[in-house]
Amino acid sequence: MAKNLNLTLQVWRQKDAKSEGGFKSYKAEGISDDMSFLEMLDIVNEGLIKAGDEPIAFDHDCREGICGMCSMVINGRPHGPKDRTTTCQLHMRSFQDGDEIVIEPWRAKAFPVQRDLVVDRSAFDRVVAAGGFITANTGAAPDANAIPVPKEKADLAMAAAECIGCGACVAACPNASAMLFVSAKVSHLAHLPQGQAERMIRVRDMVAQMDDEEFGTCTNHGECEAACPKSVQLENIALMNRDYLKASLTYRPEVDAGGGL
Amino acid sequence: MELKSNVPAGAIETLWEQHRFNMKLVNPANKRKYKVIVVGSGLAGAAAAATMGELGYQVECYCYQDSPRRAHSIAAQGGINAAKNYRGDGDSIYRLFYDTVKGGDFRSREANVYRLAENSVKIIDQAVAQGVPFAREYGGLLDNRSFGGAQVSRTFYAKGQTGQQLLLGAYQALERQIGLGTVAMHTRHEMLELIVVDGHAKGIVVRDMVSGKVESHLGDAVVLATGGYGNVFYLSTNAKGCNVTANWRAYKKGAAFANPCYTQIHPTCIPVTGDHQSKLTLMSESLRNDGRVWAPKRKEDCGKKPGEIKEEDRDYFLERKYPSFGNLVPRDVASRNAKEVCDEGRGVGPGGRGVYLDFADAIKRLGKHKVEEKYGNLFEMYERITDENPYEVPMRIYPAVHYTMGGLWVDYNLQSTIPGLFVGGEANFSDHGANRLGASALMQGLSDGYFIIPYTIGNYLAGQSPAKRPTADHAEVKAAEAAVKARNERLLSIGGKETPTHFHRELGKIMWEYCGMARNEEGLKKAIGLIGELKKEFWSNLRVPGTGEELNQSLEMAGRVADFIELGELMCLDALERRESCGGHFREEFQTPEGEALRDDSQFCNAAAWEYKGEGVKPEKHLEPLEFEHVHLATRSYK
Ligand SMILES: Cc1cc2nc3c(=O)[nH]c(=O)nc-3n(C[C@H](O)[C@H](O)[C@H](O)COP(=O)(O)OP(=O)(O)OC[C@H]3O[C@@H](n4cnc5c(N)ncnc54)[C@H](O)[C@@H]3O)c2cc1C
Ligand code: FES
Repeated sequence: MAKNLNLTLQVWRQKDAKSEGGFKSYKAEGISDDMSFLEMLDIVNEGLIKAGDEPIAFDHDCREGICGMCSMVINGRPHGPKDRTTTCQLHMRSFQDGDEIVIEPWRAKAFPVQRDLVVDRSAFDRVVAAGGFITANTGAAPDANAIPVPKEKADLAMAAAECIGCGACVAACPNASAMLFVSAKVSHLAHLPQGQAERMIRVRDMVAQMDDEEFGTCTNHGECEAACPKSVQLENIALMNRDYLKASLTYRPEVDAGGGL
Repeated sequence: MELKSNVPAGAIETLWEQHRFNMKLVNPANKRKYKVIVVGSGLAGAAAAATMGELGYQVECYCYQDSPRRAHSIAAQGGINAAKNYRGDGDSIYRLFYDTVKGGDFRSREANVYRLAENSVKIIDQAVAQGVPFAREYGGLLDNRSFGGAQVSRTFYAKGQTGQQLLLGAYQALERQIGLGTVAMHTRHEMLELIVVDGHAKGIVVRDMVSGKVESHLGDAVVLATGGYGNVFYLSTNAKGCNVTANWRAYKKGAAFANPCYTQIHPTCIPVTGDHQSKLTLMSESLRNDGRVWAPKRKEDCGKKPGEIKEEDRDYFLERKYPSFGNLVPRDVASRNAKEVCDEGRGVGPGGRGVYLDFADAIKRLGKHKVEEKYGNLFEMYERITDENPYEVPMRIYPAVHYTMGGLWVDYNLQSTIPGLFVGGEANFSDHGANRLGASALMQGLSDGYFIIPYTIGNYLAGQSPAKRPTADHAEVKAAEAAVKARNERLLSIGGKETPTHFHRELGKIMWEYCGMARNEEGLKKAIGLIGELKKEFWSNLRVPGTGEELNQSLEMAGRVADFIELGELMCLDALERRESCGGHFREEFQTPEGEALRDDSQFCNAAAWEYKGEGVKPEKHLEPLEFEHVHLATRSYK
């Protein structure tokens, strides 16, 4: 049976990228434990609007754990206390009556706050644009079954490709490193025969872009894997490091000029 | 307004190929002079923008999320159809075409559907070349599963995340073009107006959702790929941000809106738990491959735990009523039957609005491991939401709004009634008639985006001169910008008491009650009255805090709700005037003695496209007659 909870929220409020931010306290009362975390915030926001205040801005869209839009640090953990669960999939039954809940945006230099809990993650898109693809112009593809892909390889590719690009890995990392995100894409494509031709150029260009975006370096804390709602594995980082090393050793500028495009 | 389908004459098998040959081309050196605006970065939008970038056009692409990868296509779970016949089970382009026309209850355009089936095979090739990790068999070849409304196994899938993987494929192709500079991406930009100059679509007005700045962007043609309008019901399986605004703005500028009443209610969603509910979650149709749908035979058993109900006291109602398709009947049929069972008082769970989807047999037959491999992520999702373990107790499911077959009317070239305005994906009305078959929306979005619009748009552009593209100081551009600003000001200045969500929820209740799974004349008339009152209340008692010059989610929401209210009215009108039942449109007055949909082909074998005639004036209905030369009109039977 559903229970009702009374909670206190400490929420990060910040008008825009240029303003200073700070915590504000709100009451969330009579919250059913069947609600999702975002539905709880909806109710708080309805109350704020009616009271003449401005509602808390937060990113969300699919509310089923796949679009990667929701992004909050809840009680110090990206996406909150439940393993392998995005904020939108987190339900209030993970909390107790009387709890105080601290809610903050992702914090990383590469992800500036735009308002309250909303941050700018466009750095991720730019990393993909730098090389996170297989060049295959529309209409020129051979029959899909022409190149068999061993099931184990396809499954490994799929496991890495499950990344939803939410950025929890960056938010969890003490260095705000994006290695887990970048390596997931590198690894997805490196496991497939279709991804081999650009394998070296891809890893080199994506890593270069990652560095340009001011993500931190990886010092093997492993916080990223623990925070990842899709269980993307650290072994992807190992694969990327190997490939990156190979790519640096074999780099021949005269051959590769413009190749990343 | 005249609805010209522009279907070329000829044999259906070679129609598209012939048409491609006959269309005018823009020479490669000239392509880069043309600018195309693409609104939407889902499967349809991302595929179109990437492909047109590859072809050499200058493309400007827009989405309301913070990244194009987050378009709602990402949420599609179950799979994508293609007539590859890799199973050797008798599939063919013709059979996919046939199934889709029949599944749509004979309310789609044959020529379009044939082309869709034809393109389906190329989509799989394209996706695999991009690195989409479809499920494979041990031998390394692609695996398939079955979906509703078909007796062959033609659905390709990537675990329960097929939409995600297909969208990432298209997104990566799009990002590649962004890197190359052929596509400029504008995230967190919402289209709020269409700019029409001398009768042609020449641009859009957008609001930068971070700074609040209202700006115009001009081009030589506009593509809308802005998705479906299921959120008119408030609760649906769509993402919270899905909206009709782009389509509605185009409608008000002269694009006809076709078959707005055709909405798809998906049979297998997680039931509502309370008033706080903000959205509904789908449990993929693929689950009906292995899950068996049942309800207790007797009302008295509904309160019992499912395990306590003996086999002989269970009613596997789909298997009983439709022995040849069983649990895999099309969605409209499955949904109506679930509703009927609950209306009889045999529903389970809170409020008696639910039936069971049971995997006990599948687990026995295949083993838990195999079931987990196929559906693990869906089972997990179910458990997170309901706190129940579906490996041990059957899932509870209930129908929910999922997809909208209606949309902007388009001709064979996917051009709307406004020249230069093309519409792709769920936003257009084509291909699915009155009911979409599972795993066919991903196919259609990608067919439109990769293989149709980039070519038909060339035929249009060849007759346009980029040198004559209007500039920012054109009177129409100024007027469109002023209209957007005035509307936002109006929303911000009402100063009432109720939130945008309040009005959205109220609208949803009206739509679900009177324009949902079953409709009738009295209810629809009542709904039109109620929506009129709600609209008045909205414009006098709405409260939107903050200003227009900042990130303001309440303002975004208010604008969308305002458009949904008007759309709701049009949907009810369309439903009222379509005095027959077909596919997802079920009018209680028109049913067979067994309770199946009863079409009236003598009067309604057509697409109804509505033309906006001004505020407070009844829109004008135009009819496109539909002819069935290949798949002969027949009563659908899945028995
Ligand atoms: C939960 C779920 C599961 C599904 N599963 C399947 C399945 O298994 N198989 C299948 O075939 N189909 C499935 N479907 C249906 C299918 O996913 C959709 O019909 C399809 O993906 C729609 O693609 P689209 O490109 O038309 O629109 P979307 O992917 O919805 O994209 C719309 C785009 O338009 C943008 N946009 C919208 N409005 C504006 C605006 N005003 N200004 C700027 N940008 C705007 C958005 O930002 C977004 O980029 C499923 C649907 C849902 C909801
Ligand atoms: S809102 Fe889409 S993942 Fe949370």
